[in-house]
This record gives sequence, C-alpha cells and structure tokens, in this order.
Amino acid sequence: MDPHTQQTIIDAVGKHGRDNLIVVLGTPSPEAAAIAAETVTIGDPTYAGPLAETRLGLTVYHILEEQVRAALDPAIYDQQVGLMAESLDMPAIAAAVAGVRAAISHEGK
Amino acid sequence: MFAGKKVIVVGERDGVASPAIAACVEAAGGEVVLMATECFV
Amino acid sequence: MPTIKRPVLLAASAVMAHVPGLLRIGSKPAREIARDASLVGRLIENSRSFDEAVGYAPNQAFIGAIHPREMGPRPHFNRLVEGGQRFGPDGEIMPEREFLGLMALADQFKLMKLAPEIGSAAAAALEQHPLSDALKPQKLAAAIGDPMAENARGALALHLGSGEYAGALATGHSEDANLAASVIAENLACKASGALALAHLLRLNKIDPASIEYVIGCSEEAVGDRYQRGGGNMGKAIAEMAGCGEASGADVKNFCAAPIPAMVIAASLVAAGVFRRVAVVGGGSMPKLGMKFEGHLKHSMPVLEDTLGAVAAVVSEDDGRSPVIRLDHVGRHKVSSGASAEAILEALVTAPLDGMGLTLNDIDEYATELHNPELTEPQGSGNVPERNYRMLAAMGVRRGLFGRDAMQGFVAQRGMPGFAPTQGHVASAFCYLAHARRALDDGGSARRVMMMAKGSLFLGMMTGHSDGMSFILERNGG
Repeated sequence: MDPHTQQTIIDAVGKHGRDNLIVVLGTPSPEAAAIAAETVTIGDPTYAGPLAETRLGLTVYHILEEQVRAALDPAIYDQQVGLMAESLDMPAIAAAVAGVRAAISHEGK
Repeated sequence: MFAGKKVIVVGERDGVASPAIAACVEAAGGEVVLMATECFV
Repeated sequence: MPTIKRPVLLAASAVMAHVPGLLRIGSKPAREIARDASLVGRLIENSRSFDEAVGYAPNQAFIGAIHPREMGPRPHFNRLVEGGQRFGPDGEIMPEREFLGLMALADQFKLMKLAPEIGSAAAAALEQHPLSDALKPQKLAAAIGDPMAENARGALALHLGSGEYAGALATGHSEDANLAASVIAENLACKASGALALAHLLRLNKIDPASIEYVIGCSEEAVGDRYQRGGGNMGKAIAEMAGCGEASGADVKNFCAAPIPAMVIAASLVAAGVFRRVAVVGGGSMPKLGMKFEGHLKHSMPVLEDTLGAVAAVVSEDDGRSPVIRLDHVGRHKVSSGASAEAILEALVTAPLDGMGLTLNDIDEYATELHNPELTEPQGSGNVPERNYRMLAAMGVRRGLFGRDAMQGFVAQRGMPGFAPTQGHVASAFCYLAHARRALDDGGSARRVMMMAKGSLFLGMMTGHSDGMSFILERNGG
C-alpha cells in the first residue's frame, strides 16, 4: 500500500477512533488483498510505509466477501461490483482476507 | 454491518475502484470518511 | 468546406532504449537510493547487459520481430530469443551509450556533457546508424567535455549500467524547479526516444518527412517552466528533431490513456481535411524506470525495467490499403458514465460496438493495457492484461453472449500476453499499433482490432474520475 495512503489512514484513525471504523478493500488479487489487510491490522508486511511498525487493529473486509455482499443492496452491488465479481478470483480473495482476520483473532486469544 | 459506521475505502484501479465500493457502502448506511484508489501501473 | 475523408493508419513504429544506467534516476530507485546509498551497488550487480535486453522475448515483440503470442513460456528473462536482433521490422533497441548521445543531440541548450570516451563511442556508433542522416551525430562533438566541472556546480550525474561515469546534466535554471536537471533529463529522454521512433517510422515506410503537417505528442512528461508547468510542446520538439520541417504540433495529455485520444484527434484532423498527414508520438518515460525494482531484487531477478519505450504513428487520408480508423463510433468514458468497471467497459467497448451493430465477438483482437506481467507480478501488481481480458470476457457473460465456460477461450483467442515495459502510455494499447497494422494488412489475420486505454486521472487530484477512450481499426475494403 502506498505510504501516503498509509498515513491518511493513520490520520483517519486519529480523528474517528478505531472502534467505529471499518476498512473495505477492492484489491484485485489474493496476495494484494492479504497485504492490504495486514497493513491496516498488524502492520505493513512490506515495510514500505508508516504502518510498518504500527498495529492499527482495524476491522477489515473485502468488497468481494460473501458477508459484505449480504449486507449491501443487491441491485447496487450488481451494478457497481458485479463485473469484477465475475472476472476476479472471488473465493481466493475472500479466503485471503478472512485468513488475516482469523490469524489476528487467534493471536489475540 | 455498515449502518452508523465510518468506512475507509481502499479500492484499486485494477480491482474494484473506490467510488464503486463507496456507492455500495453509502447505500447501506455507512459514512465514507476516506477513499483511496491505488494505481500500480 | 472539404468533404469528410476516411482516415487510415498509414504506418506505426516502436523503439526501445536500453538504459540500465538511467534506471537509478527513475522516480522509485532515486527515492530509495536517497534513503540507502548502498542500493546503487545492488542495482549495478543486478543490471542486464545489452545482449540480454535484446534477446528478451517481450522486447523482440515490442520491436515487431515476433508477435506477443510467439514469446513462448515464461520466465523470459533467463531464456533469451535465439538470434534476437537489435533492429526489428518496427524499430530498434538502442544501447545506452548511443542513447546518451541521442539525448545530448536532443539538448539544444547545451546542458548535457558526456565524458570523452562515452561521447566519442556514441558519436562513432551513431555515424554508422541507419538514421545518421536524420540524427546528425556530427553535432555531438560540442557535447563532449569535462562533466566533472559540471558536476561540481550541482549537475545531475549520469552513469552507465555498469556504474561507469558517463556524463552530467546541468540545471536549466538555478531557481526554477521545473527546469531542474532531473526534469530536463526526463524530458530529453522522452524527446530523444520519441524522435527516434518517428525517424524510424519515416525511414522504414519511405515517408517523406516534409509530408507530415502536424505532430501530436502524447508523452507522459510535462515540459514547462514555473509560470506554466505543463506548457508543452513535446510534439513540435520531436517533429524538429525527426526532420519534419513542415510540421507544427501540440501535446495531448490524459495520463496513460493519452495516445488514444491523440490518435482520435489526429484522425479527426485528417477526416476534416485540415491536414493530410498527422503523426502521433509518445516518447519514453524515465520516471517509470525501475518502478518495481524491489520485487525483481526480492525474487533474484535482473532489474528488468531498464528500457524506455517509444511509439510513433502516422495517420493519413485513405490510401485504399491501410487500416481505417473508425471515427463514427469512438468509445469514451463520460463524466456521467460511472466509476464501476462495468460502467467503464460499457462506455469504452460495448457502447461503440452496439452503435455499429456489432458484438464483442466481432473484434478479432483487443489491444488494451499490455504491461509485461514479468515486470509487475514480482512486486505484487498482478497480470494487468490478463485482468483486462477477463473483464472483457465477463462482459460477454453478463450480456448473455456466451457462457462462463467460454471465458477462457475468449481471452486466449482475442487477447494476448503482455509484452510492454511499464511505460504507462506506451503499454496502453499504443505499443500494439504496428502489430495491429500488420494483422489488418493483406495476408493478416484480423478484420477488426480495438485499441483501448484507461487513465488514472485521480492521481493528479483534480477529479476522482478515471478516463478512457477506444477506437476500432478496420481492414481497408473489408
């Protein structure tokens, strides 16, 4: 994730607090999704930006996850996301982000 | 899931772009507080 | 008023410059070197030789020696094309000493100095170059001197890929950041590579330079000063260097998408009878050299983003033979189109096809973002062309044109592997023009090729939008 984007996320957390915030990703591959999910939770695994050593611990989902789709208006979802759901590897992307969440919750126990 | 929540959208040009995610989230009652679309090429 | 004329793609060319030494002043490497100077050594250790760059299958595809579908299996970097040549049907891959000489020839303000042995070698090689008449390498003598003296005054040092000191570039203005040596270097690299592409096009196709009436620049670089940062005009600068004495020009800017609107504007000028022949030129983008070098180093690969790419095209009145540029249904992403991938593809692809009474299956080849995945995947940026083709195929499924099981076949048949360096505008369909021209010529395999590009306007922070444009090239008389 771009270092500048990382800083704007840190600023947003400072302003709004982490508890009321949700991050929604739109990354196109499982690898990129996992990196982005890790960046906003346990820290930037690529050590490229200000989140390298910062554990923001934000709640993170990908727009292509089933539980996210279920929470959204079906017609709007189809119009805005439908084509990408058809062309990207949706199960693998969803599994990558769910995997990061699972690892964190396991770590937390 | 999104009603009353503040949402950070990190879209990607080659994946789902931020404005498309934001349109979905806002219709579900979320407030988008930050939108970043990345472009890696 | 003149009647509407049919514009055709008369010719196209594609050239590369292998510049592993300039890589370290690419935007990303320069930022990382400022943090950790030891990186210079790693870049030198992992640089490619000229022969390795020439034998690289995607580079051979870029200069037209092979089709992108003939590149063979990946990885390409450790399996060179046997008998790969510097010169191909569409242009050449120029070695770095010569290209530094060409940059010095592009420099009319005497800001660049080449070290004597580098300058002499460049001059001697350029004397033997097939374009020596046009490029006038005898003028290089004035640029050979003592770069150390320039360096002492805060100039930008230039090196070869081996690390050898090659020369220096002085700042254009002591107080204007828009004329800093690093900016001038980008612009000279862009001008020199663009002029090389146009000069090759003219020579390879026996086109009289004086017949070109207008040159539209669609490069990524911004030429200007502090009162007008992106003033331009690279088009005219390239026209001058390529010997097009009867041409004027202007630039079209639109991030990576710029070449497509530039082609549409060129074709419109021809169709309207304003000019008979218009060139469109995109020079190379130095800031993008080494953009993903970290991924290459991490995977113990040579740093592969060591080449500039430049493309030129000439649009003319109908010659009864060359592919026709269809202006009746041009795809464009409107302000009201929407930002979703589907809205973008509807605007760029299905709307013009619907207008012509055609479907996705009526386009034989789609030229879209053709970035070489071997450059992008190691840094986690994925396979950009494959994603584009899958999106097109998904459009076909959502429109009921074919089933999900036919997606793979659609991608294989109408798409192609990425082969372009990560030089945004050049990779965005523009690099395929010469191939498309061949495919649509007599004996070629295609009847229609769609050229499509997208630009990330939001990066410039003036709008959250992206943009895009497309046009269809059609076999003449078909």
